[in-house]
Amino acid sequence: MPNPLTPLSAAANGLMHRRLFLKAGAGLVGGSALLTAQPAAATRAAWMKAPGRPMSRYGAPSEYESSVGRIGFGVSQPGTTGSGASRTPLEYLNGVITPSGLHFERHHSGVPDIDPDQYQLLIHGLVERPLKFNLESLVRYPMVTRTQFLECSGNSRALLNRTAAPLGCGEIHGLVSASEWTGVPLSILLDEAGVTTQGRWLVAEGGDAAMMSRSVPLAKAFDDALVALYQNGERLRPENGYPARLFLPGYEGNMSIKWLRRIAVTARPAMTRDETSKYTDLQPDGTARMFTFDMAVKSVITSPSPGLVLHQPGLYQISGIAWSGRGKIARVEVSADSGKSWAEAALDEPVMSKCLTRFRAAWRWDGGPTSLMSRAIDEAGKVQPARAAYLEDNGPSTSYHCNMIQAWHVASNGDVTNVYV
Amino acid sequence: MSTFSRRLLRWVIRCSIGACCASGVGAALAESAPGLGVALSEAELQATQVSIMPNGDGLPPGLGDAVAGQTVYQIRCMACHGEEGTGGINDRLVGGAGSLASSRPIKTVGSYWPYATTLFDYVRRAMPYQTPGALDDDEVYAVTAYLLYLNDIVGEHDAMSATTLPLVRMPNREGFVRVYPD
Repeated sequence: MPNPLTPLSAAANGLMHRRLFLKAGAGLVGGSALLTAQPAAATRAAWMKAPGRPMSRYGAPSEYESSVGRIGFGVSQPGTTGSGASRTPLEYLNGVITPSGLHFERHHSGVPDIDPDQYQLLIHGLVERPLKFNLESLVRYPMVTRTQFLECSGNSRALLNRTAAPLGCGEIHGLVSASEWTGVPLSILLDEAGVTTQGRWLVAEGGDAAMMSRSVPLAKAFDDALVALYQNGERLRPENGYPARLFLPGYEGNMSIKWLRRIAVTARPAMTRDETSKYTDLQPDGTARMFTFDMAVKSVITSPSPGLVLHQPGLYQISGIAWSGRGKIARVEVSADSGKSWAEAALDEPVMSKCLTRFRAAWRWDGGPTSLMSRAIDEAGKVQPARAAYLEDNGPSTSYHCNMIQAWHVASNGDVTNVYV
Repeated sequence: MSTFSRRLLRWVIRCSIGACCASGVGAALAESAPGLGVALSEAELQATQVSIMPNGDGLPPGLGDAVAGQTVYQIRCMACHGEEGTGGINDRLVGGAGSLASSRPIKTVGSYWPYATTLFDYVRRAMPYQTPGALDDDEVYAVTAYLLYLNDIVGEHDAMSATTLPLVRMPNREGFVRVYPD
């Protein structure tokens, strides 16, 4: 076994081989520079001199972490209070599960306050038996649990700016989150209603004031769609659709209708406002791609990233998240020399389909300026494109499904900023 | 439809998209489904406000033209969307014709939206922002007509109704390339 402190080089400018993580463990590499900084505890610290607080009804994060919160909450266009988005602070999180209270939000008319006792889900249209379900009924159905990401297709749009905006990781990419979702497979409810031979689509409608609605292919409904009731083990948070939402793994987040109140089986899409005037992808020739449902393969380095200053040269762990709406992440590569050479990153297990995957790479920073990048490859063989290639394929006027490679510039003083390379 | 033909349909749908992997789990779970759905009565179905389809399915009775719509617009919409659908604090609704292939595309009802029925559907379900549902169907038809009129798509006195609205041909109707299904 190689000495973990004199590791093999895997790519230029200090990137080390991923087997460091597989064999030696990440702690040895990442922690070595910090060990000397810890003073020996000769006396009892203040918090060790008396019993601590008692148990609590519902736990909250440490008060020392109170600066960690959703980014951009409370900002709406004038006259549209409640509409807008808040973003997950990706740079302050690790692992793959997003705490429910930090899951990104995108609302079109605020968060409704739905009385669970009055909740109903209607299924009608091209079905043999139009049905309604109340919440008490739904929780008696067979459920499944899946840990999967949800991403707004407007995520990372800031990278389309002509010049690199001085934004942080969550500000740019924070419209993606991952949760453990538990619910009833939609196929079971549709089978009970009995879809007729003419049925090809469904139109899902939310119970918010905007009655947000999207058309969904019936094939997706019968594949892996859920009527989700639980998020990370507890009932859905209000801002994520309480008491029930549609969850469509790998599809653009807008389609996973929150506060789900009605499903109409139809022969064709309804061409709702949000699948025509929004969430279509304008191309340079003036035509627009419609029904681009899958979220493409993508990754981003969450650490280092803006706001997390590198105080001295030495060993660091580059860490980030990768995901694909088309299945599992097969590989993530990391560059520490602005994309000239790449090393394969280690992936946290288990790697799950249509879920965030945490990647890690050891990097010895020599103190010089450089740029850090990551690129993901999914099990379908799709490779996350460089910025130039993305713009070549999509043009500058598209505003959804931006999955280009992100670069963070590390300056000699340790500051990290968003750059185009 | 018989149970057998429903199952056959499901099999056809799943296999046509190569999604057979998930059907095993769903099918196994379905065996233990408790069947608690309650039949919707005819009255409940009639009372359900449905989505409006491009062919006009779902459109309610009623009508309104741009003249009537201008009044509705000025009271209900202008504060956010500006005089005559431009210059407001929220989405621009009028203009932008011919701009989609330029470096500064302007996406409005007139320049971008492919179906006039979408306008009725969206206004009825989500507008006005602060008081959705406040307009009656005649008013929704009227304000729809007014926005189409401002975009030079219908005449000032063309009444929009369940009969006429689906016949409106939007300028960008052919501007969309369907990615799904292939």
